[in-house]
Amino acid sequence: MLSPVLKIILRRLAFGLLTLVVISVLVFAATQALPGDTATAILGKSATPERVKVLEKQLGLDRPLYEQYFSWVAGILRGDFGNSLVGTMLPVTQMIGRRLMNTLALMLIAALIDVPTALVLGSLSGRFRDGLFDGFVSVGSLTFAALPTFVIGIMLILAFATQILQILPAVSRIEPDASVWSQMDLLWLPALTLALASAPFAVRMLRGSMIEVLESDYVQMARLKGTPERLVLQRHALPNAIVPFIQVVALDLAWMIGGVVTVEYLFNFPGIGALLVSAVSDRDVPVIQALVLLIASAYVVFNLVADILTILVTPRLRTGLQ
Amino acid sequence: MSDEHLVPPGARFVGTREVGTAEGFVDTPEHDLGLSSPRGKQRRSEWVQLLLEALHYRVTQVGLAMFLLIVTLVVVGPYVAPHSPFEFVTDPYAKPSAIAWLGGDCLGRDVLSRVLCGGRSVLILSFSATAIGMVLGVSTGLVAGYARTVVSEVIMRGLDVLLAFPQIVFVLLLISVLGPQRWLLVLGVGVTLAPPIGRVVYGTTMNVKEGDFVLAAESLGVSHLEIISSEILPNIVSPLMVEFGLNLTFAIGTIASLSFLGFGMQPPAPDWGLMINENRVGLVIQPYSVLVPTALIAILAIGANLVTDGVAHAMIGLERDTGSA
Amino acid sequence: MSRIILTVRDLEIALDPSGVEVDRDVNLELVEGEVLGLVGETASGKTTAATSLLNFQRRGAKIVGGSIRIDDRDVLALGGSQLRELRGGVISYVPQDPGSALNPALRIGPQLREVLEFHGFGNSEAERRTRIEEMMAEVLLPSTEEFLRRYPHQLSGGQQQRVVLAMAFACRPKIIVLDEPTTGLDVTTQAHVLDTIRDLVTAHRVAAVYVTHDLAVVAELTDRIAVMYAGRLVEIGPAAELFAGASHPYTRRLLQAVPVLTGRRTLEGIPGFAPRPGHRPAGCAFAPRCSYAVAKCSAEMPPEEIVGQMHRVRCWRHKEVETQAPLLAHDDDRPLESCGQEGLITVRVTAWYGSREVLHDIDITLRARECLALVGESGSGKTTLARCIAGLHRFRIEGDIAFQGKGLPRLARDRPRAIRHAIQYVFQNPYSALNPRKTIAQILSQPLRIFFDYTRDQREDRLAEVLDLVSLDDTVLSRYPDQLSGGERQRVAIARALAAEPTVLICDEVTSWLDVSVQASIIQLLVRLQTEIGLCMLFVTHNLALIRSIAYDVAVMSEGRIVEYGPTDDVLADPQVDYTRKLLADTPKIEVAQLKT
Repeated sequence: MLSPVLKIILRRLAFGLLTLVVISVLVFAATQALPGDTATAILGKSATPERVKVLEKQLGLDRPLYEQYFSWVAGILRGDFGNSLVGTMLPVTQMIGRRLMNTLALMLIAALIDVPTALVLGSLSGRFRDGLFDGFVSVGSLTFAALPTFVIGIMLILAFATQILQILPAVSRIEPDASVWSQMDLLWLPALTLALASAPFAVRMLRGSMIEVLESDYVQMARLKGTPERLVLQRHALPNAIVPFIQVVALDLAWMIGGVVTVEYLFNFPGIGALLVSAVSDRDVPVIQALVLLIASAYVVFNLVADILTILVTPRLRTGLQ
Repeated sequence: MSDEHLVPPGARFVGTREVGTAEGFVDTPEHDLGLSSPRGKQRRSEWVQLLLEALHYRVTQVGLAMFLLIVTLVVVGPYVAPHSPFEFVTDPYAKPSAIAWLGGDCLGRDVLSRVLCGGRSVLILSFSATAIGMVLGVSTGLVAGYARTVVSEVIMRGLDVLLAFPQIVFVLLLISVLGPQRWLLVLGVGVTLAPPIGRVVYGTTMNVKEGDFVLAAESLGVSHLEIISSEILPNIVSPLMVEFGLNLTFAIGTIASLSFLGFGMQPPAPDWGLMINENRVGLVIQPYSVLVPTALIAILAIGANLVTDGVAHAMIGLERDTGSA
Repeated sequence: MSRIILTVRDLEIALDPSGVEVDRDVNLELVEGEVLGLVGETASGKTTAATSLLNFQRRGAKIVGGSIRIDDRDVLALGGSQLRELRGGVISYVPQDPGSALNPALRIGPQLREVLEFHGFGNSEAERRTRIEEMMAEVLLPSTEEFLRRYPHQLSGGQQQRVVLAMAFACRPKIIVLDEPTTGLDVTTQAHVLDTIRDLVTAHRVAAVYVTHDLAVVAELTDRIAVMYAGRLVEIGPAAELFAGASHPYTRRLLQAVPVLTGRRTLEGIPGFAPRPGHRPAGCAFAPRCSYAVAKCSAEMPPEEIVGQMHRVRCWRHKEVETQAPLLAHDDDRPLESCGQEGLITVRVTAWYGSREVLHDIDITLRARECLALVGESGSGKTTLARCIAGLHRFRIEGDIAFQGKGLPRLARDRPRAIRHAIQYVFQNPYSALNPRKTIAQILSQPLRIFFDYTRDQREDRLAEVLDLVSLDDTVLSRYPDQLSGGERQRVAIARALAAEPTVLICDEVTSWLDVSVQASIIQLLVRLQTEIGLCMLFVTHNLALIRSIAYDVAVMSEGRIVEYGPTDDVLADPQVDYTRKLLADTPKIEVAQLKT
């Protein structure tokens, strides 16, 4: 039969899939289960009962709900998210496409700053617990963890782009069709903002897991066996600290997805976060649906990957005993 | 604890528990051994005790000072503002002058007056949202943790689904449907705060329920409701206080962010988040109109977080001492 | 004359950073090849003393003075690589909980190999491999590739402990420190592990320090004993001499509190409780509880005096103590008499835990005014059975539990009030049986409120009565559980049960978490209550020796079945079933020491 690991992984996958389905229902219900409102809202001032009816028919809002849902899902699986309701009414996929790449690039840079820094700060403050370094890091984390992301962004702008240091551009003006990579210096501030916003949580969790591992019975036992300190850290502490590390990174990335919204808006960065904000302002339902579904799916996927990696890395779970 | 996510999404980490030794007193700090101020036979209600304990820490003292400073400003502000927040008193983006001590905003209104009147919304909305989140989270967590039946599983899975949305995105979704209304803001943020609280309460309740004293009450035939209120609740007060603090900090951030994005308070209201957005175009010319509300939001949020951290430390000490279930 | 290989002088350990003293003036020595039992109860400081032999303390404590010499090297003066060489190579440590001492992320093969590598043992992989095979054979574990590739969680508790033992003996150290290594293991496994330890020690002439609170184990295993109380070594000497007649009042009282398997003995506890660090008096810490104490004892700490060959004691009045008659193993030869009462509760059930059947065809009867002991290892189903009777079993039960002839609903909640108050339950863990957020008064008032319609005054009177029954002062009423000791908490738990005026009292391992002397007091209390009030009692325990003092009948359980059932004296003297015989054989007996001389 299937190995126990595979069984667990399949179960997680199934649950992930189920979550996605429920989310899709929620998103659909939130945006389209009130047809009158949607059509009326779109037409705004020019909404007359006849016009509303016509628009509803056009959008297929007069069909029974479940039919609408299934055709929507069918479309998604085909890669068709419908068309935007505003402006030039481009296909949603086209609108999202480039922006998605930009956002991913932003997150990647942010993660590259955030994860190693958090790892170093967290591990060191856990290792040298209650020392001066730990104190500084602790206060720093508490401070940054409390700040809303856009506040961090503003502070960075004030610091780097105005009075003090005129180094980096305050507002990203990336050519719509050019790739983000060609204009890297426009990425730094938003990426730094994201990194500073998510790092504190990662630092505290890593510090905590470091302490737990270093004060565990098996590490004490290793020392009592006469193990050289370097090997204690390398052979005994590290393998056990990896698991929380994976979880922290996944949480971090997932968290960043939410932070992306305000950051992109603040820096006028052409990514999906900024698109979501303008879509909400415009009540551009298909775009909103697509983006929310995309974001939620990313969350689910990140967590799934984290769980699976955790299982693979933890011997206790790998051998199927839970 | 739902075993589907090994680390629940949205998990937040407060601190680390000290591990006890075989002899049980090695890791106990001095005052817990009853060596300095004895815990005495008189004990006030737990949350008061927790707060008093927390005040011993520098972190709490500084945080409380910061928090109270802003609250005072918010409460007193409107009464001492030199001008009305809607009045045009000077040129757009004017530099600080005798009329407008902090200069003018994007439309020429007095920045100082707007700042003094602009905190109310943030404070009231965040508190309300946190309260709603706590009520929802605690009730679901308690019931799910106590019942331990199929119902609990369903509830917790439901919470997991909610956790799949970043807070802001969920509220944005609601706003896109119903428009930017204050009650929606509060409700939306409150609902997104509920799942992490629910998880914590669920876990803690299950822990507490393992304690033999709960079984003892059952053997006496005590009703479920009474067990929850008189046996379990008192044992989760401390973690709940910490959760309140953490969530208040989050709520402040989320509500301010939503206003910044334009979905919170609408112009011409003097709201700090809104002000930051309105005035950032002129950031280089007139930084105060952005700097001051930013700083105020920052101080409020940091203060709340520091106090929470102090309470969390106090809680760890308290748990170790009383052997919390 | 064997030589002394370890000498501890004036060892002092304190809490860090507060500086509160934990252990002080500890002097002991270890002879090559002997087993020294380091004995003490809670707050005695024995574990901190033991780990300091490797110059190690957990976070929160620090060694602040004294010297520990192994072959003329002071362990406490060593640091860095010299200390590392010592640990594992010259002196090893076996911890209490093997499960958490083994790294869950590493297979056991590498963990075994490590010890050899670090101490430069063997010049090649092959040599180390051979040594590992030897080691594993010595602890009766396989050394196959498959076994060595296992992770710790894939081994049973007993196997884990044996792996740890193998690691400890791997480099043939001179000294081994064992810290309660058989706690949590069932009796049979414990017997195996003890045999293994004995064999290893004899085979390699290793000296061992065996830290424990279990005097029966000490009797079977050790050559000399060191007794610690409140951070000081109060007596140290040859086991035979101490067991025959100790020189220190505490040692004597401690020995008097240990239950005996082969006969009946009146167990006596020690009034009061041991002081925690920071609350210790200037003079002898035991004085407040000592029947020999005079004014001098509380004022001045007695110095160490020599009373025999390698036998020292710290007591101003040890001469008087020594004149006492030697301690007897049995002092009560009256046969226990059954009151010949009718059955009060009859139980004929099969029970499940989820989908698993955990109790099979149970058939027992509890008689009025008598005590039935329910004995078994963990997992035998004894607690499940007790809970079924009490109405606390949540899963399926088939069959019948009848009280005074009438069938009982499965759950306590569904039972009529009259039944609920008649059957009361006392839990095992006194630290979890009382709500930490309620005062004692609130805890004790709960049953009063539920079952009786007392006025406030009547309630207060009843509370005073109930506290008096359990010998507690009414000052405890305004306190919280964490302000009481383990023994006091258990008394409160019993008081809570008594407050309901029960006919039947179910005691589920109520002394397992308590120190030996405290256990004795609780047993004393329960026996007294049973005779005074005429309670029907079900006494659940895994400690066979304990039941003689309290129960007329015994039911022995194994794997969900009752394998033997009859009068205590008969079953213990002449067991009919193999399981019971094995259980008796594997249980450590303190009487062994008495016979050793």
